[in-house]
Amino acid sequence: MDAVLVPFLEATIRTATPLAFAALGELVAERAGVINLGLEGTIVVGCLGAAVGAAAGGVGLGFAGAAGAGLAMSALFAYFVVALRTDQIITGAAFTMLGLGLTGTIARSYFGIGDAATSIPTIGPVSVPVLASMPLLGAPLFRQPVVTYLLYAAVPILAWWMARTRGGLALRAVGESPAAAAAAGIPTVAVRWGAILFSGLMGGLCGGTLVLAQVGSFNEGMSAGRGFIAIAVVVLGRWSPFGTAGAALLFGGAFALQYLFQALALDLPYQLFLALPYVMTLVLLAALRGRAAAPENLGR
Amino acid sequence: MSVAPALALRGISKQLGSTRALEDAHCTVRVGTVHALLGENGAGKTTLMRIAFGALEPDAGSVALHGATRRFHSSRDAIAAGIGMVHQHFMLVPAFTVTENVALGSRRRFNATQVAARIRALGVETGLAANPDARVRDLAVGAQQRVEVLKALANGAQVLILDEPTAVLSPAESEDLYRWIRRFVSDGGTVVLITHRLAEALAVADDVTVLRRGRTVLAQSRSSVDERTLVEALGGDAAPVALRPGVRPVDAEADIVFALEHVDVVDARGVARLRDASLTVRRGEVLGVIGVENSGQRELLRVLAGRLEPSAGRVTRPARVGFVPEDRLADALIPTMSLTENLVLADAGIQRGVIPWAERESEARAVISAHEVVATGPRSPVAILSGGNQQKFVVGRERAVSPAALVAENPTRGLDLRASARVLAAIAAAADEHRGAAVVFSSDLDEILGLTSRIVACHGGRVTEVPAPADRLDRAPYTRALLGLGA
Amino acid sequence: MDALVALWDGAFGSAFAFWSATLVRATPLLFVGLAVAVAFRAGVLNIGAEGQLLIGAVFASAVALALSGAPRVVMIPLMLAGGMAGGALWSGIAAVLRRRFGVLEVISTIMLNFVALAVVSWVVRGPLQEPTRIYPQTVTFVEAARWPFLVPGQRLHLGFVLGIIAALALWFVLARTAAGFRVRAVGAGPRAAQSAGGVDADRLTFRVFLLSGALAGAAGASEVGGVTWALYEGLSPGYGYTAIAVALLARLDPRAVIASAILFGALEAGGAGMQRDAGVPAVAVQVVIAMILLAVLAATRRRMSLSDGA
Repeated sequence: MDAVLVPFLEATIRTATPLAFAALGELVAERAGVINLGLEGTIVVGCLGAAVGAAAGGVGLGFAGAAGAGLAMSALFAYFVVALRTDQIITGAAFTMLGLGLTGTIARSYFGIGDAATSIPTIGPVSVPVLASMPLLGAPLFRQPVVTYLLYAAVPILAWWMARTRGGLALRAVGESPAAAAAAGIPTVAVRWGAILFSGLMGGLCGGTLVLAQVGSFNEGMSAGRGFIAIAVVVLGRWSPFGTAGAALLFGGAFALQYLFQALALDLPYQLFLALPYVMTLVLLAALRGRAAAPENLGR
Repeated sequence: MSVAPALALRGISKQLGSTRALEDAHCTVRVGTVHALLGENGAGKTTLMRIAFGALEPDAGSVALHGATRRFHSSRDAIAAGIGMVHQHFMLVPAFTVTENVALGSRRRFNATQVAARIRALGVETGLAANPDARVRDLAVGAQQRVEVLKALANGAQVLILDEPTAVLSPAESEDLYRWIRRFVSDGGTVVLITHRLAEALAVADDVTVLRRGRTVLAQSRSSVDERTLVEALGGDAAPVALRPGVRPVDAEADIVFALEHVDVVDARGVARLRDASLTVRRGEVLGVIGVENSGQRELLRVLAGRLEPSAGRVTRPARVGFVPEDRLADALIPTMSLTENLVLADAGIQRGVIPWAERESEARAVISAHEVVATGPRSPVAILSGGNQQKFVVGRERAVSPAALVAENPTRGLDLRASARVLAAIAAAADEHRGAAVVFSSDLDEILGLTSRIVACHGGRVTEVPAPADRLDRAPYTRALLGLGA
Repeated sequence: MDALVALWDGAFGSAFAFWSATLVRATPLLFVGLAVAVAFRAGVLNIGAEGQLLIGAVFASAVALALSGAPRVVMIPLMLAGGMAGGALWSGIAAVLRRRFGVLEVISTIMLNFVALAVVSWVVRGPLQEPTRIYPQTVTFVEAARWPFLVPGQRLHLGFVLGIIAALALWFVLARTAAGFRVRAVGAGPRAAQSAGGVDADRLTFRVFLLSGALAGAAGASEVGGVTWALYEGLSPGYGYTAIAVALLARLDPRAVIASAILFGALEAGGAGMQRDAGVPAVAVQVVIAMILLAVLAATRRRMSLSDGA
């Protein structure tokens, strides 16, 4: 059984990692009252940034490129929704189109016609001594790229920061009741800018992880809906860091089922597995009843 | 006499959009006093105090705190300087705990344990008790107000600005608040009380400043003014309009317009909002409804207006009832649409087929002229009208929909005296000459007393009639009824 | 510069470019643009026109394949009806999720777009696959299921006329009728529409959601019936997403959607020309579309706020 289960769990964590990056960023933006539907575009721009950076100067520059590209996209998004106060949903949709269109155009001129980019340096898994040799969960949890370990630390830190610090308090207040936050002297505009930039940084890193720790090349549209799923992950995670991380794992599992069922050689149409994560989202959202725990001022 | 004033505002001017909100206004608040800031709606009281609190920057003029001139760029500066403000609409985050709300305004690092301890200590010190772990959204209005005050005090406020603090309180809660204010002041604190209630100002203030159309028209100590001087300063020519005090007696033989028999309303969360309510309203009658917040009056009015299905009981009412809800911009009007479209809105649910727009436009024109709505025409969007004109249009429309049955909820909220008088007269006219009946809720008892023939009180979802006292202006029975204390 | 010339040539450079490329691509955009416009008018944030279009195409194809012996006058209306039913079914899922379970339609419709892609992928390899089972597509439709061309020698087909009729009808309903007024009122002021107007906003938005899906489904029927004559993957280059830009540039006015759809049709057609003649990838057109959308948003600011209805 381990021969099937360990690869499945390993694939779960691997698939969940980029998703969790994007979702944690989205979580922070949403707690400030901003729904970033442009996340999909941010991620794919991050992918390209990673590929270009890594091709030019190795993995380090790759991650820097991913982060920088994500930040640039989200800064522009913030300018629209915070400074110009445009509708968040539609602006987000436009940014997704912008990201997909821009990366497609640039990639073809940069890497030439065709999808597959030249091969670029990637990072491999690093085993944590002792822990990685635990049965069953050892390898899936502790034989992963360094970025995954970063995430293990990021979740509790984010949870602590949101619940226990002045900054976290200010973030949540802006998302719940900007008027009350402003009356308490909190610079609401700056908080929203900061939250959106953070979501851009994390969205960019999601792209970076995809390219540099998993795929090893840039493909057009390789974000493949992760930005949208990340938004659903935040809803399923009830707007909490641990919940979001858990929901990301659930999705990782749903994607990884493909491998499990392939391994078990079941005769089911593979499109069922393509659709499964999305159907699962709908079912879970219905079961959890919508926006009960959503920040009061989300989307406004 | 060498003590500098706690707060001195001089030569303050402020333009807000197209209106001159303040023009060379001044106000000097002595340390250790209660200072009443009086004025009609729109006189500039709140704007002036928002400037003192750093939420707005003045176009001209100076703010001095304990003798030193200060420039506040945000509320944060004012809070740090020892000013606290309790806004009329509370500035609390409902999803937060009391602790989190108190910590929000603080400049210190957030330490929940310390903040909670501070809240408990302040509770003992000042008598303003609050459970630090309670969620604000679960608290009653009075308790939320205490949290607002605690928030200001926890941040070291010595000058406390209270904006219409009793608007949401029951008479007993108001008394408690006054007592607390006096105690705070006698311990060396300073309070600015923004109010439009004369009696309140006269009862608790040491000094009085009156604003009128953005200018300071009176600044004296309480002992040197009487009610008449204040009334004159407040409104001058537009001094309180006396509503016909001789309200018609109820004709027990007249036809029944509204009747409720044992009506219950249970909300979506399963909470009983209205319990076993029974009443009748006959032709020619204006029924007054009183009640503090969340007492069931909201549901009572909506059942009568046909906007809410009761969970049990029998309701008799005309097929169509005009309804003037409290929040007109959300519940009665669509601001982006034209007056004509907003007229059509009243029939939206029942209309079929093609709308005869030209016809409806002349109807809108008729409402505009009959109710003296100041607007450029039936095609102008509602959003550009003043609040008073919006409300006149709503009342006019609802009377057109149903000339003989009208339900109104706080119909004069946010209106100046002149517009209030017109709106109330239009509502009362629904019952004139025994044509029909009106039901009016108001949180202003005087308004109810001046307008209605009979009064019911809501308390805890129960509706009871308040027998008219021998002296019509004796308020005691109503105050008792608001608290659910029976006659 | 070469790219711009190629873009222009691809859209307007010749009679063929205009009638057979620009207007042919404007046709689905017209339907999905109307779908988005009517939904947004009612405050329904339907981002799922793409999925509804695809399911509409599946249903219309199923009709075409099932009734292969039927005459054209029966076939075409049934294909259209099938497409609209498919689109309405797909948006209906999101509508039920919103009404019964409070699921935000922004998220559910996007998820359903991905599910629709999987559905198309499955039917062209499963139940509707051509008999040799080699290619992932259906057989080419019979003659009767191919929608007639409007201009001899050009590829512009019946769907365009139907789209224009739909736009004018929708405009009339919204501007002149009580039902249309209810839609506008619920979108602009949901609470006032319920309290002052007695409109059942939940039921109304539910129906508008279905209508929106049906219009998007009509786009799918029109594509398989008028352009491809078969169902395969990659049928839509993202018309359902472009639709948002089409509707917003038209300021949600159905009459203006006609012009707006033709403009974006020209962009899509020109993008293909640009790739062919100047080697600039067609995806660059998406950048242009996104920029137009952002320019519209920046120009209208809060006036076109949809999410809070104010």
